[in-house]
Amino acid sequence: MYKFTEEQIMIRDMVREFTKNEIEPIDKAMDETLSFNMEVYEQVHAKLIETGLMGIHLPEQYGGGGGDAITSQIVVNEIAKGSASIALYLDANWLAADMILEHGSEEQKQKYLPLAAQGKVFAFGLTEASAGSDAAGIRSVAVKQEDGSYILNGGKAWITNSGVADYYLIMAKTDPNAGAKGISVFIVPKDAEGLTIGKFEHKMGMRGSATCELSFDNIRIPESDRVGREGLGFKVAMIALDGARISIGSIAHGLSQHAMEIAKAYANERTTFGKPIKAYQGVAFKFADMYAKLRAMELMVWETAELKANGKKHTVEAASLKLMSSLWCKEICDECIQVLGGNGYSAEFNVERFYRDAKLLEIGEGTSEILRMVVSGAYLAQ
Amino acid sequence: MKILVFVKQVPDTDDVKLDERGNLKRDGVSTKINPLDANAVEAAIQLKEKYGATVVAISMGPPQAEDVLKKALALGCDEAYLLSDRAFGGADTLATAYTLAMGAKKVGDFDLLLFGRHAVDGDTAQTGPATAAFLDIPQITLASSIDVQDGWVYCDRVLENCTEKVRAKLPAAVTVTGDINTPRYPTPINIMKALKKPRAIWDAEAVGADKTMTGIPGSPSSTKVVFAPPKRNTDTAYIAGSVEEIAVKFVDMLENEHVL
Amino acid sequence: MAKENYKGIWIFAEQQNGVLEPTVFELLAKAQELKAHNGEEIVAVLLGCGVAQLAPSLIAGGADKVIVAENEALAQYSARPYQQALTQLAEKYMPSIILYGATSLGRDLAPRMMISLKTGLTADAIDLGYDEDDVFFQTTPAYGGSILAHIVILECRPQMSTVRPKMFEPLIPDESRTGEVITENVTVEKDDCYEVISVEPKVVTGIPLDKARVIVSGGRGVKSEEELNMLRELASLIGAQLGAARPLVDCGFLPHDLQIGQSGVAVKPEMIINVALSGSVQYQVGMQSSKCIASINYTAGAPIFDISHYGVVADFKSVVPAIIEEIKNRKA
Repeated sequence: MYKFTEEQIMIRDMVREFTKNEIEPIDKAMDETLSFNMEVYEQVHAKLIETGLMGIHLPEQYGGGGGDAITSQIVVNEIAKGSASIALYLDANWLAADMILEHGSEEQKQKYLPLAAQGKVFAFGLTEASAGSDAAGIRSVAVKQEDGSYILNGGKAWITNSGVADYYLIMAKTDPNAGAKGISVFIVPKDAEGLTIGKFEHKMGMRGSATCELSFDNIRIPESDRVGREGLGFKVAMIALDGARISIGSIAHGLSQHAMEIAKAYANERTTFGKPIKAYQGVAFKFADMYAKLRAMELMVWETAELKANGKKHTVEAASLKLMSSLWCKEICDECIQVLGGNGYSAEFNVERFYRDAKLLEIGEGTSEILRMVVSGAYLAQ
Repeated sequence: MKILVFVKQVPDTDDVKLDERGNLKRDGVSTKINPLDANAVEAAIQLKEKYGATVVAISMGPPQAEDVLKKALALGCDEAYLLSDRAFGGADTLATAYTLAMGAKKVGDFDLLLFGRHAVDGDTAQTGPATAAFLDIPQITLASSIDVQDGWVYCDRVLENCTEKVRAKLPAAVTVTGDINTPRYPTPINIMKALKKPRAIWDAEAVGADKTMTGIPGSPSSTKVVFAPPKRNTDTAYIAGSVEEIAVKFVDMLENEHVL
Repeated sequence: MAKENYKGIWIFAEQQNGVLEPTVFELLAKAQELKAHNGEEIVAVLLGCGVAQLAPSLIAGGADKVIVAENEALAQYSARPYQQALTQLAEKYMPSIILYGATSLGRDLAPRMMISLKTGLTADAIDLGYDEDDVFFQTTPAYGGSILAHIVILECRPQMSTVRPKMFEPLIPDESRTGEVITENVTVEKDDCYEVISVEPKVVTGIPLDKARVIVSGGRGVKSEEELNMLRELASLIGAQLGAARPLVDCGFLPHDLQIGQSGVAVKPEMIINVALSGSVQYQVGMQSSKCIASINYTAGAPIFDISHYGVVADFKSVVPAIIEEIKNRKA
């Protein structure tokens, strides 16, 4: 068990209580509408602001909560125990805002971070319809003008938080001939002229997080809204993804635990042939495997978060964590459905929703295939 | 204005089990702030935000009861004191009220004492009024609203057959119900600040308590035996069959029992 | 003073606006059992102003004696004058037992009496009696009724308890009973630090739950307004009141007035039909004295079946509409 500080334990307990009372009860409603449920989202957003969770990851000097990577993972992990998609929403928001924190100018930090701390929502825009895993292959282009500003054209797809975000961090080519080194990052406000936000996607799961297409038609971006120097965009994005992959591990752990609690209660209550079903090894052994996976995830999450909190590189560790935890989470949700039998397949018992949510974890913030490339490449190169 | 708010640490469960010897099973049961005490804290913080006040949280219990005081601080209380001494253990409501009253006197200069109507464990609802009686101050029990004006505390009380509007002159004690407000969550920033606020543990000597009036020696009442409620095993007549058959038999039953 | 010198079973005869609280009569009835054991007389203590005419009804209800103390300052209840008056009387007469109804008034006053008399006070007892060691005990629920305890007050006197309403049947009033009415003067002053500004009677719509003859009560399994309407329809067809276990009130489906159980209303109808309700101890505490209990629940192991006279193990969502159909058919 990771040794949290006294403050971290208090924050964990607070978020746990908050999740139980405010997040878990609305998770199903957000799923039922297929399309994004703006009404419920707005209530959740207001509560997250009220409790100071939106900006917990930002330094106090910008109005944030001053929490480190461990504290922010505590929040993601606890919220995922009530709603994987709200946890994903927070993760996507933070990863975008953190790009400004880690790579932005002081002027940008002064301007945007207090807004993030107050609850303005940020989104990270890398993926395009024709470039997902092959991030360097993006086609959005920002052409520098004589006055130093840029004109952005192109579009993005599958952008988490699009449609609810106030600010987008958009990766675009500033030098189309330089490959990964020709990408830069820009801050685009939601009301920028030329920005069109498409309809909410209908998704298999994670319906509590908003996902739209974006298209850019001659959006003028002042030079002061470029984050980091020109050409640094790909690196900035990869660093952001390293952090986001810890969040996916946190979500996988939280979601798995939630599913297992439901299955455990069921296995105790449900009787067949005169015995509770947990008395049968066919059921009981599932819990042994699930618990072992849960333990492994937990250890990996906090160990990797600690690396990040200490400013250490964690690319391979985060990729390994995400690779295994997303797989395990999907397997655990699957097994929990099996424990519940017909009830598990029914929406009323929630675990089928978790299974659909879990599948996203193998795709978002780097597919399992990309992660295998990252991990194997690093390992074999040593 | 100085507000004292009394908080109790209680087991975080509503399904308490006894072991073979009739003792409470406490293993693995986490603790929490008594829910109605959280309402009392919220009432205190709202008064502080409205009029300005120093809010002092007080608890009595073993050293680990400091956890609820930390939470009270994270919610916005300014200081917290834990009345903790082996001599306080095993107290009934008389000894508890005495100890809390001594704690209140030690803090001194109080205007308003706030309590949750009852604690979910003992469920006596006696500590608030009894502490008020020890301090010989007026009390308002069952408050579902609270305001302070010109040295008086104004409350609504929801009673069996009516709603009363009452007022009591400060210093006074008020016990609140769950209807009074919805407690907020402590924000992470306030959690971090909480651990830096003044906090202390006071023993019998510190509050000047007479040890013959605290704990077991000061408690006229005692628990002789604790037991699980007897299971009433009624012979249940089960009505089974297809849905239609069940409906017919159920309505027959209603007729036989003269409901229809 | 040695505890043997304290004699008499006192019942605090709570009244407001000249109307006695019904629990007083329940306590007078229970006191007969205590008297049969300890041989002490039953004394109703009546405080107020212009309330002496209530004394005969207390005697008819089981009191051997009534002590009446009237004073302007006692006209309307407030804690400190009542505390003063009752303390003076208790110090003079030295009863061995004082019982109060666990009403909002009783629970406001009794803890202050505990301080005045420096004695023990048991809260919200659901039973009283003498145990095998001949010790007077009060049974009190803790942890919301999940456990019960016998509380005893060994050395201090009087032994005091507030007692939950509706635990005992009152006696049938016997106008022929005789008893002494003692008028006492008490020295009390109005509390200048406490004032009732206004009183608004509760608007009662329909029959209150605790007076209902038949109740249909829903539990956690009722998950939507639509499902709740099934229960409403069933209730209206059989002339029942709707009640609920705590989860349905907590989630905002129904008002708190309709909550049955430890933290809600205690009910004792002729028939209660529990639907999709597991029957937590807290719930059972509030309804287990019902004459007839019928329960519909999907889970065969639900604790509610332990106390049910009739059980249906099935999904209420199919059974309740079928029952409604059947009743309509028979009425047609």
